[in-house]
Amino acid sequence: MSTATVPVAGVSAWDRVRGFRPPSRYLPVLATFALFVGLFGVGGLRYEGFADPQVFLSLLLDNAFLIVLAVGMTFVILTGGIDLSVGSVVALSTMIAAKTLDMGWSPYLAMASVLVVGAVLGTLMGLLIHYFDIQPFVATLAGMFLARGLTYLISVESISISDSTFSQVAFSTITLPGGYYTTWTVVVALVAVAVAAYVLARTRFGRTVYAIGGSESSAMLMGLRVAAVKVGVYTISGFCAALGGLLFAFYTLSGNSLHAVGMELDAIAAVVIGGTLLTGGRGLVVGSMLGVLVLGTIQTFISFDGTLSSWWTRITIGLLVLVFVVIQRVMTRRQS
Amino acid sequence: MTQMDLQPPDVAEPAATTPVIEMQDISITFGAVRALSGVGLRLFPGEVHALMGENGAGKSTMIKALTGVYTIDGGTIRVGGEEQHFSSPAAAQAAGISTVYQEVNLVPNLTVAENMLLGREPRRFGGIHVRAMNRRARETLDRLGIEVDPTSTLGEHPIAVQQLVAIARAVDVDARVLILDEPTSSLDADEVAKLFTVMRTLRSQGVAIVFVSHFLDQVYEIADRMTVLRNGRLVGERMVADTTQLELVQLMIGRELEVLERLDREVAATSARESGAPVMKALGLSRKGSLEAFDLELYDGEVVGIAGLLGSGRTEMARLLFGADTADHGELHIRSERRRLRSPRHAIDRKVAFSSENRRAEGVIEDLSVADNMLLALQASRGWLRPIPSGTRQRLVTEYIETLDIRPPDPQALMRNLSGGNQQKVLLARWLITQPEVLILDEPTRGIDIGAKAQIQQLVAELARRGMSVVFISAELEEVLRLSDRLVVMRDRRKIAERPNDDVSVGDLLEIIAGEARTQQEESRA
Repeated sequence: MSTATVPVAGVSAWDRVRGFRPPSRYLPVLATFALFVGLFGVGGLRYEGFADPQVFLSLLLDNAFLIVLAVGMTFVILTGGIDLSVGSVVALSTMIAAKTLDMGWSPYLAMASVLVVGAVLGTLMGLLIHYFDIQPFVATLAGMFLARGLTYLISVESISISDSTFSQVAFSTITLPGGYYTTWTVVVALVAVAVAAYVLARTRFGRTVYAIGGSESSAMLMGLRVAAVKVGVYTISGFCAALGGLLFAFYTLSGNSLHAVGMELDAIAAVVIGGTLLTGGRGLVVGSMLGVLVLGTIQTFISFDGTLSSWWTRITIGLLVLVFVVIQRVMTRRQS
Repeated sequence: MTQMDLQPPDVAEPAATTPVIEMQDISITFGAVRALSGVGLRLFPGEVHALMGENGAGKSTMIKALTGVYTIDGGTIRVGGEEQHFSSPAAAQAAGISTVYQEVNLVPNLTVAENMLLGREPRRFGGIHVRAMNRRARETLDRLGIEVDPTSTLGEHPIAVQQLVAIARAVDVDARVLILDEPTSSLDADEVAKLFTVMRTLRSQGVAIVFVSHFLDQVYEIADRMTVLRNGRLVGERMVADTTQLELVQLMIGRELEVLERLDREVAATSARESGAPVMKALGLSRKGSLEAFDLELYDGEVVGIAGLLGSGRTEMARLLFGADTADHGELHIRSERRRLRSPRHAIDRKVAFSSENRRAEGVIEDLSVADNMLLALQASRGWLRPIPSGTRQRLVTEYIETLDIRPPDPQALMRNLSGGNQQKVLLARWLITQPEVLILDEPTRGIDIGAKAQIQQLVAELARRGMSVVFISAELEEVLRLSDRLVVMRDRRKIAERPNDDVSVGDLLEIIAGEARTQQEESRA
């Protein structure tokens, strides 16, 4: 990428570092990164043990499902849409997994059916949105109620998961050098981020996602496959919600219709804090991951403090979203 | 109509031998409306061909027929000698015919290179090969002499550069024919120069370019030949060098001067009213990309007519005076006090009213009744919390329906069921009810029948007689001449002339619009 530095003889390394100007499209992500590092730094100074790398690893562990949700949400928001159904799809996924396992299905078949249901639900909403020209808000609101209702239809009661494969995945850890550990769910989340980042940056599908967010009618006139991509992002979001649901099932080892109420809003908040424009066309999936980590850090902060009410998490998130949206607004206005 | 229509279309011979595009005897009908009848276009490699005509002459229809947006009802289209009918713009593009529209149809949030190559980018290992893509984009840009970094974000560049990138995208697919539909309408002079450089480069590489523009000077600067359309018919094919601008304007507007000059002016020039302070005064008012700085004074009891071709800045001037667009520079005085009109609300409060040329989109609310439509502006100026007493409502509505002879004379009739002329009268009533001191009418008689037209013209004269200051904008020069006390002539988004309307003929006006009178005057002054 162009760094806008002019190679002149006799320029010191420091000058080059000082002269480095990242392209403006990376600025929001860098801001989120700075915020994350700042929060962690302040936490490390204030609370003993906060700076321990295991705290960071736990952050990933506790939020793996949310990272995966945010990945799917990023695709949708980049096209200028929104997906309100993901929280309900998470609940539905935990419920389908719990119920099928309860019925004696193989754990692999259970996982596959969860992923298929999520992807199909997403595709249906995408088809509605594109071909019937229904606002994403309304279509996915309907999907949200539908998925939540289906969850209750399967079981009103919570079903616990006792399958050995599931608990094995849930409890087995990967030991890292230095005595730190993490879980497979974190690996899944990171792989999802990496794959999404590649798809968005380096494939025709990914670039079309950005093009649609920039101007859907232009994308159409440029001869891009707008229909397929627009439906596709909702399929991806549905799939990611189902995958997130599986990770959530590993995390809680239960299927419950009250799981993940309002989680779609956490995912949206993470994407916005991660620097993705709600109007579409701008943003990076890495930013969304950082957004999730910022949310997680705030929660860690509050649990380390011990005296603060957990509602401070919500208040801080609200303020952060507000600040980021205003900053984005100011930046885009200056450009236009 | 006139003799000119009976003559066979003129033919101008170009330098090249065989045309890359030959459209013959093209006809298109939409429902009962004949949009094109027996129109032709010959396009040769290595030429810039201007497609000329007033609004509604059929230029866009012609382009859309060529690029497969519309299907033709009659005639033949030959591309490189072979008969072709494109089913879609994509099919036309595959055959080397690319179109760049007035609005840039690119995405601002991606890079220049991506905008040029998206959908056909080079790939490696299943992913986009970014370096190869940037390289190929740079090659194309270099070939066209466009200086822009392919890795920069498109939205960071001014519209002109984006326009050039759109052209670069169009020619990257080995274009034989490039159609530029009003590419210069939002560009300033420097940017137009850049565009022309690129067009010349392409022309020298053998690309045939169709250029549609309302700016005559630009056509004369860049085009080699032109085809003139009027009312969906072919008027002629000319070499640009052999046609004066005056001749061209006559061809486009299509009435012979002698006929027009016999039209008597019904309204006698009213006594000089320049004594007293102007009701409205603009000093150096301008807006970037829309209108260059102009001065204008409006007096009580006077009709100021604004003449000029479509796109010359007539409407833009009206919008600035009304505050529908905000001015970048300059001052506006109303009754000797400096005012900033930030929105139409401010203008209405200062007793300025504006009836838009775009009746359907910006004026009429079709699902409301005649009475509601009439009272809209009055209600808005009173504020929504102070309803108009029903007695007053009724009195006003009946009074104006009667005065303006609105049919049907039913206050509860739905607006959508009225004819264009009657809708226009309701709009007029809407503003008259607010008792404005300045009334700006943009094309109040367009698309309405002759009877209603005469009524509206009479009304305008009557309003001025009673002391209102009226700005009258119309594409019909006779109408402007008949009604106006003073004439303002616009051209290429500039006010180029202002003169009292004494013994000005349509011919004089045409000359001013065509730009020849101006140069003559300057010569005689020197």
